[in-house]
Amino acid sequence: MTSLEQLTSTPLFGVAATVIFYAAAQLLNRKWNWLHPLFLTAGGLIVLLVLCGIPYEEYKGGGDIVGFFLGPATVALAVPLYESLKRLRGKIRAVVIGVTIGSLCGIVSVAVLTWALGATKDTVLSMLPKSATSPIAIELSRQLGGSPELGGVFAVLTGLLGSMLGPALLRFARVRGDIGIGTAVGTAAHGIGTARLLRDSETQGGISGFAMSLSSIITPILCIPIYWLT
Amino acid sequence: MLGLAILLGYELIGYVFHQFLGVPLPANVIGLILLFVSLMRGWVKLEWIEQPARFLLKHMMIFFAPTIVGVLVFADRIGEEWAAISISLVGSTIVVLLLTGWTTTWLAKERQRDDIA
Repeated sequence: MTSLEQLTSTPLFGVAATVIFYAAAQLLNRKWNWLHPLFLTAGGLIVLLVLCGIPYEEYKGGGDIVGFFLGPATVALAVPLYESLKRLRGKIRAVVIGVTIGSLCGIVSVAVLTWALGATKDTVLSMLPKSATSPIAIELSRQLGGSPELGGVFAVLTGLLGSMLGPALLRFARVRGDIGIGTAVGTAAHGIGTARLLRDSETQGGISGFAMSLSSIITPILCIPIYWLT
Repeated sequence: MLGLAILLGYELIGYVFHQFLGVPLPANVIGLILLFVSLMRGWVKLEWIEQPARFLLKHMMIFFAPTIVGVLVFADRIGEEWAAISISLVGSTIVVLLLTGWTTTWLAKERQRDDIA
């Protein structure tokens, strides 16, 4: 048992495990397209930790190193954003209004649903900024008086949900253009949704990244009145 | 390496803006906005950053995986309120997707089935 502990206490364990599971998830995804690689990677890692009795803190050392690259990856969204702007010209107003309405309805619908279903105040406040990117959701949950960790988890779960439901739901709802799909998924499911769209279309991914950065600015502004009320 | 240096440099500038100048946005979002402006102005050439940017974007999902594994820590809490949490998450996500999609499609006068590319 001590040898296993020695193995998992090095950050190399967390990094290697994450990359190995991700590579395996990509192979499986190539075969079965409906399997979500992020769901497979995270799910596989959770099963591994639980089955082997490895504490989350041990994994976190390496996990944080992988998660660090979310920073430069977000900055890199400037590239598809720059490229898609030429095609977006004249449609910017539509995207800005769409993102604002979507973000506002997201906050209101969460407040109404959680309140109606009797969730605790901490859960409600942590869930309000769920459609913003996780680093922003974490900060906003804290400012609103909720739990920052829970806020981050809800944001990631929302991203996962939106990226799994989004493309099919929008096709069903007759939203089929690049601008409509990109804006909707970027607003609802931030970076995870953007990553999902990027797999199929750089245009949609670029617009989604644009919507995501826009909602990262709009969501904190929309949350200011709630901050006053609580 | 130049590309990665530029990406990290912009994130660092974003961090300075956030931490020392009190801009209420996360460092990476400020970095994204600044890099976008620099590309528009021609201060940064697309070729310099294209390679690492495409690699990071293509594999963006892996960078989220560790945070999701963190759900483990909240397993009990989520277990107690799982019904309220899951219904709210699913319901609200559907609302955001549909309203944003419809509003934007309508305002952009985008034809259904028709891509702009």
